[in-house]
Amino acid sequence: MNEMTPPKEERSEALKGLGCSRKRVEDARFTQGKGNYVDDIKLPGMLFGDFVRSPYPHAYVKGINTDAAMAVPGVVAVLTAADLEPLNLHWMPTLAGDKQMVLADGKVLFQGQEVAFVVANDRYAAADAVELVEVEYEELPPLVDPYKAEIEGAPILREDIADQKEGAHGPRRHPNHIFTWEAGDKETTSKVIDDAEVVAEETMYYHRTHPCPLETCGCVASMDKVNGKLTVHGTFQAPHVVRTVASLLSGISESNIRVISPDIGGGFGNKVGVYPGYVCSIVASIVTGKPVKWIEDRIENLTSTAFARDYWMRGKISATKEGKITGLDVHVLADHGAFDACADPTKFPAGFMNICTGSYDIPTAYLAVDGIYTNKAPGGVSYRCSFRVTEAVYLIERMIEVLAIELDMDAADLRRMNFIKKEQFPYQAALGWEYDSGDYHTAWDKALEAVDYKALRAEQAERVEAFKRGETRKLMGVGLSFFTEIVGAGPVKNCDILGMGMFDSCEIRIHPTGSAIARLGTISQGQGHATTFAQILASEIGISADDITLEEGDTDTAPYGLGTYGSRSTPVAGAATAMAGRKIRAKAQMIAAYLLEVHDGDLEWDVDRFVVKGAPERFKTMKEVAYAAYNQAIPGIEPGLEAVSYYDPPNMTYPFGAYVCVMDIDVDTGVTDIRRFYALDDCGTRINPMIIEGQVHGGLTEALAVALGQEIAYDEMGNVKTGSLMDFFLPTAWETPNYETDYTVTPSPHHPIGAKGVGESPHVGGVPCFSNAVQDAFRAFGLKHTNMPHDHWRIWQTANKLGLHD
Amino acid sequence: MSKMHIKMKVNGEEVETLAEPRELLIHVLRERLDITGPHIGCETSHCGACTIDMDGKSVKSCTVFAAQANGKDITTIEGLGDPDNLHILQEMFKEHHGLQCGFCTPGMITRAHRLLQENPNPTEDEVRFGMAGNICRCTGYQNIVKSILAAANEMNAAKEAAQ
Repeated sequence: MNEMTPPKEERSEALKGLGCSRKRVEDARFTQGKGNYVDDIKLPGMLFGDFVRSPYPHAYVKGINTDAAMAVPGVVAVLTAADLEPLNLHWMPTLAGDKQMVLADGKVLFQGQEVAFVVANDRYAAADAVELVEVEYEELPPLVDPYKAEIEGAPILREDIADQKEGAHGPRRHPNHIFTWEAGDKETTSKVIDDAEVVAEETMYYHRTHPCPLETCGCVASMDKVNGKLTVHGTFQAPHVVRTVASLLSGISESNIRVISPDIGGGFGNKVGVYPGYVCSIVASIVTGKPVKWIEDRIENLTSTAFARDYWMRGKISATKEGKITGLDVHVLADHGAFDACADPTKFPAGFMNICTGSYDIPTAYLAVDGIYTNKAPGGVSYRCSFRVTEAVYLIERMIEVLAIELDMDAADLRRMNFIKKEQFPYQAALGWEYDSGDYHTAWDKALEAVDYKALRAEQAERVEAFKRGETRKLMGVGLSFFTEIVGAGPVKNCDILGMGMFDSCEIRIHPTGSAIARLGTISQGQGHATTFAQILASEIGISADDITLEEGDTDTAPYGLGTYGSRSTPVAGAATAMAGRKIRAKAQMIAAYLLEVHDGDLEWDVDRFVVKGAPERFKTMKEVAYAAYNQAIPGIEPGLEAVSYYDPPNMTYPFGAYVCVMDIDVDTGVTDIRRFYALDDCGTRINPMIIEGQVHGGLTEALAVALGQEIAYDEMGNVKTGSLMDFFLPTAWETPNYETDYTVTPSPHHPIGAKGVGESPHVGGVPCFSNAVQDAFRAFGLKHTNMPHDHWRIWQTANKLGLHD
Repeated sequence: MSKMHIKMKVNGEEVETLAEPRELLIHVLRERLDITGPHIGCETSHCGACTIDMDGKSVKSCTVFAAQANGKDITTIEGLGDPDNLHILQEMFKEHHGLQCGFCTPGMITRAHRLLQENPNPTEDEVRFGMAGNICRCTGYQNIVKSILAAANEMNAAKEAAQ
């Protein structure tokens, strides 16, 4: 280093690269009300679309009269299935290999289903006309309970495919049955469990809920008939996939379709799917030649686009009498609603439910999932989790608790005894996955020490005694969970969506004066990609993150990618970013070698520059190299400094964490008070600690919601009971506690920078932790299991059934 | 439907517009006046994304007719600060990571602004209670509360310094 070169640490800090709690570049516009969300888009001559929806969960549509609606001033068109049929757009393919009605084709299959699409010159006229569309229905008996789907006399929902014995995922045994999906060894598992010293069994319902981002779904479709170009702005978590689907459906070349995801007001899985509103808006724009905006309202959002969960799970877990787990057998009855529109990789109709052996070394396991049609909304998205991982982790974390009760053991000890050991990684799990890395014991011990676990148990025991003596009416629960996520889908060899391999991408251009733009195939919905991906790049190429612009979401400019969901952005697009950065650096090294008149092998990288080995005074900074790439002819090297990387991950990543919740429960009111919540996350290399902490706070709050009250409930007639924010629980600042966050770092061995993804971990681990806290409070009084959501009324009922009000 | 003539002061400027009597204030702000900071999250007063300040009170503009705003003095997020002179709340939300997707943020900051007028020195509980009409799905509120408390401190310190 010569005198002019600032110290390494100083230069490194100036980059704002990996590990820096860099403030977010997105915030300037958001805090000033200058975000650009879909509903902010206003195009000349824009029309508004609105749906007529079915009030019935199951009915024939005998006729639709649109005369009165068409007579409303300002109404331009009313589309029905009959209008879409000549275009073959009255049905559309789903991501799960099924098909879904765009508009009711002779029948409706869930309350809130799209029946007709009104297009008008303002939203009020459209709403007026929706009221005036006359639909004649003939009601049919609804199927609400999936356990009754295959009994004799059950109503047949999907008459269009009633005779098909083979579905997208193998044989169907009944017209209301979608698939059976199996993993593991059925016979051995059954034998192990039959011969086991101890077996615990439990049936649990992971209730239907909804991601409910604050911004609902919507789009603005604009067909430019002069240039033959279709532009669709939409709330899309996967804009490139939407473009491909739009091209396949419409016959318009992909080169003539531009899909843009602008700022997105939260996604959480809700905005992965393709919905009838998008198709209808595109058709309406093609028909009218004008831009058409469709924005769902909150009720439409909760009742028609993308429910999550709805898994009826039965688990059997076996162990030695000392507590060593020997086998796990799981069956799931999966309620998929009226169309199988789950958003999972094609080969995984139950997502990654086969991660349900959790963080434990379980030698033998078997899983079977049966998908069932019911008269409920389609969806089955991953609500702030990788595909069905919340369900899997909830199941195993409840089974551990139930087994602990059976063994009369402490649940923390039982976990510790069965964790996969550090030296066992990479670990081949019984249901097929290879866990890349982990150090569970260290994380667990750190968590238990942080909360002084022994003292908590002592306090709890004392509380139980005080309760029995009549000195208090409050019980205390200590909720534990240890989770392993499986994220970053995924390797193209086994992960695709509609045939598109689940790689992701990054393209970088370094400008002559040493700043840069990077474009990715993903799309931020609040995760702060523009901040964090620039940090990854800064560390790779030695240009300050502040000098790197990041763009996503415009299919005309960004490289193809599969989008943002399942915590895949950091594991896949983050890896592509690092790899593209390395390509930049490789070319830059050759340029630097030319400029310094040395062999490129004689250079070494030093934070932001190439230095001649052994001659630290001779160097070229990346900025100097960038300029040279554009201003001089270098023999054998093309001008310019750009790179693109498409990254096909060799494996998933496996973030993990240890959570503890301390809760007081008022036995007489069922009111819960979260006294303390400690969350330790290991997401591998930490890119931006501030953002990680924010993601953990948010994911835990969504976990609190799901565990303690949030649900999409149907009555026995198929009516949605929780279709507005009056009934659908979203925690406010008042119900939400402060969280303590902590971490360990176990880098992913196969990811270029060792990062694993974190956005969904707190939700995955949080739900069982909150639920276990509630259930643990009643363990001393004989409770084995009770279903979520644990709202005050249900908790009161639990206490009542246990005789605690006597 | 015949339209009404509505005059109001928005972010310090007198504006006039025509709107149907049934039109909601949020729609008039967003679609007729191009003030798109306040957002629509529920249209039932639950989420607070549309929060504005009307004659010194926090109001959810999705459940107010534009006609009711006739003659009123309205402040939206756009009126709280400008790029060269951010409101301290805007600064603190950035500083303490008080936002993620940003959809709730305009309503959140507009509400926090009024809360700190009503109670310049709130406790954490008072902030949490006072902000309970504004839902955020991303942050878990912890950093929002931190941002507001930090803003209160800064504002009080500035006031003291001025005295």
